[in-house]
Amino acid sequence: MSEDLLRIDDLHVAFSTRRGMVEAVRGVTLTVKAGEMLGLVGESGSGKSVTGFATTRLLDAAGRVTGGKILFRGQDVTKLRGDDLRQLQGAAMSMIFQNPRAALNPIRAIGLQIADAILTHKRISKEAARAEALDLLRAVQIRDPEQRMNAYPHELSGGMCQRVMIAIAISCNPALLIADEPTTGLDVTTQKVVMDLLADIAAARGMATILITHDLGLAARYCRRIAVMERGRIVEEASPGKLFSAPQHAYTRRLVAASPTATSRIEDLVTEEERERYNAILDKPRPVLPHGTPPLLEVRKLAKRFDQGSAAVADFSMTMAGGESVGLVGESGSGKSTTSRMICRLIDPSEGDIVFDGQSIGHVASRDFHRSPLRKEIQMVFQDPNESLNPRFTAFDCIAHPLMRLDGMRTGEALRQRVEECAQRVGLPLDLLPRFPHQLSGGQKARVGIARAIACRPRLLVLDEPTAALDVSVQAVVLQLLDRLRRENDIALLFVSHDLNVVRMLCDRTIVLRNGGIVEQGESRALFDNPKTDYTRRLVEAIPHIETGPTLAAAL
Amino acid sequence: MLSYILRRIAATLPVMAIVALFVFSLLYIAPGDPAVVIAGDQASPEDVDRIRQSLGLNRPFLVQFGSWVWRILHGDLGTSIFTNLPVSAMIGQRLGPTLSLMIVTLLLTIVVAVPLGVVAAWKAGSLIDRVIMGFAVFGFSLPVFVVGYMLAYVFALELEWLPVQGYTPLTQGFWPWLENLILPAIALGCVYIALVARITRAAMLEVLQQDYIRTAKAKGLGQGGILFIHALKNAAVPIVTVIGIGIALLIGGAVVTESVFAIPGLGRLTIDAILRRDYPVIQGIVLLFSFVYVLVNLMIDVVYTLVDPRIRY
Repeated sequence: MSEDLLRIDDLHVAFSTRRGMVEAVRGVTLTVKAGEMLGLVGESGSGKSVTGFATTRLLDAAGRVTGGKILFRGQDVTKLRGDDLRQLQGAAMSMIFQNPRAALNPIRAIGLQIADAILTHKRISKEAARAEALDLLRAVQIRDPEQRMNAYPHELSGGMCQRVMIAIAISCNPALLIADEPTTGLDVTTQKVVMDLLADIAAARGMATILITHDLGLAARYCRRIAVMERGRIVEEASPGKLFSAPQHAYTRRLVAASPTATSRIEDLVTEEERERYNAILDKPRPVLPHGTPPLLEVRKLAKRFDQGSAAVADFSMTMAGGESVGLVGESGSGKSTTSRMICRLIDPSEGDIVFDGQSIGHVASRDFHRSPLRKEIQMVFQDPNESLNPRFTAFDCIAHPLMRLDGMRTGEALRQRVEECAQRVGLPLDLLPRFPHQLSGGQKARVGIARAIACRPRLLVLDEPTAALDVSVQAVVLQLLDRLRRENDIALLFVSHDLNVVRMLCDRTIVLRNGGIVEQGESRALFDNPKTDYTRRLVEAIPHIETGPTLAAAL
Repeated sequence: MLSYILRRIAATLPVMAIVALFVFSLLYIAPGDPAVVIAGDQASPEDVDRIRQSLGLNRPFLVQFGSWVWRILHGDLGTSIFTNLPVSAMIGQRLGPTLSLMIVTLLLTIVVAVPLGVVAAWKAGSLIDRVIMGFAVFGFSLPVFVVGYMLAYVFALELEWLPVQGYTPLTQGFWPWLENLILPAIALGCVYIALVARITRAAMLEVLQQDYIRTAKAKGLGQGGILFIHALKNAAVPIVTVIGIGIALLIGGAVVTESVFAIPGLGRLTIDAILRRDYPVIQGIVLLFSFVYVLVNLMIDVVYTLVDPRIRY
């Protein structure tokens, strides 16, 4: 059809690897009309980003289009060379990326980076380009644009950096913008602001957009049409309402089920086979602690000030009982990670005390805490399983290490048994133990990280965004695992996250932080259903929900 | 920034003090009685005594060290035992040729090595990359004197394009000055060029994988803009570091190069002084080289802040 701005026809993309050619995209066909916003949803490895990169011709050197056509305004993009290609890139077609801070040159002022794009495509003077760059900063609603022109990326927040990226992308009024996970890694509230801005700009300028995301809820909120990808193919394409109310393909059904919603419970994410086993655990009565049992963890008026400036955390107090799960939520910069690290005794508090099981540990210097017998009682699961595992340690070494350091175990049969037992508890197949991190999938690495943390049988597990880097289906499995571990072993969980849906499912209680102070706290479900402060309400409202309400059903 | 530089200069004082102590101790680390060593095999006991007196070797170590430092702080590096000239004057005479050689080598290295490294990284894995890296291995492997004699043989003796050896001061014209330095600079620069080219390639490869390079491509920027505006400046910190560290390499290499090409510089003076056991001269030269090296390190740190706005002191 002639009205299609972009038509991808049976696209195949392959990457040459050490083990030969690997097909990442196998026959994608899709169309985008001028001015529309299309959602391209799938999990990592589904080929959604590769499709985007093939379209903008930004594939790595190892990647090649091995078949099919990408017609942009009737012209086959895959055949363009040299100047023809550069006239397209950044001008008629542009792209914004995940992790905006990394996508900007760290040592070039942002004004210049915007002007670069303008000067590449327009024959105008440097002053005129600078003036246009300033207008663009205004268009993406950056405050004090004149001063920001000379700022460097590290002086801006993640959300601001993404606005700068949007400014660069729209600088030459493209007809098509491809946004690859534009808000992954940003706070929910920032995500909403950035996405609203993007949608407004696209609508105002009549720009077609492909929103590539793993977040079904996000795609549903902003796109009229969603294409779901799995293993290099589009398995289903429909309007959001139809996709959620009546998903046709088995994979879409799985994806919809695994996406946490405002009402889903952790049990809902369980697959059919596991449900029975899970219910047995759920039915097991929790041991009732006798009245007057001292709390497992008591934090008193904790504060942290870094070198200069205001306090990162101030006057933070909380208690946790054994086996309880508490969520710590807030935007980035709210002090939630700092607090969790102080409780883990990885950094020293400036003021206040931490009492664990009746013993004050707040004053033990963090660099000496590894010698404390309580070190094995408090363990941590870190954010990115890809970054937090030593690339030279096998999964076995990684789990065995704390056992040798903290439990004084020696290499031998006993150690092997303990490691295998840990692996079994987290559902890590034993034949994966000799593998190195790069030979494991994201979900498997997350399991190794959890197995390492529970190896010494801690009583408190602090989790810093443990699922932020994972796909929804993997996240669902990890969340179930954590919940099961808590119930089986009575491990208390302190769960730091910006994903409120996840916190609501997993945690008995939630504490909302803002600017280093507690804004609100209470029983999770009540807190999210009836937020008492504006701040919490804004956080809750910013979550892109999968809407399955009657209004949507009626609209179909 | 200025206060940082001042603080850094202040911080070099203890470093220089330790260097001075070490340099002064040279005389005592050498086996035997310094006075006997200096006097040589044929000296009579009276000669030895006279030397001991004139050097003040009969006084306690710390007293000697103190008075030595005191004299240095007043610009007096002592007097050569062999020539009886002031050490500072001897160094002053020889400074020009060595400084010239080092500066020409440094410029040659930067002009040759950095573009080679950039091209190698850009075309990583290709034939041109392998050729450049092959040359780098050569540069590492060949000793300065081998390269020096080979160059002198081919370009000076056979082709007669350039003088075989010697040195002409800059005051006698730019070309005569440069003409004499080209072969020594190439000989001395070989290792240095190999090192900097390799580091440039590695740093560029790392940078070229970054997300912001993809952004630059997405903006439609040409290859030149991507490589030199966006990538090279980001790769500059390790490159600058290695160029700075390489200056120590140059100091060592200059000693050999000057011998090969008969350049009357500090390198020759060093060798002569060592052979004659002229301790005051050795001490003066080592002290000077250490000072230059400390200064170069300070300059590197200042360059960092110019290259990368995230680095602030």
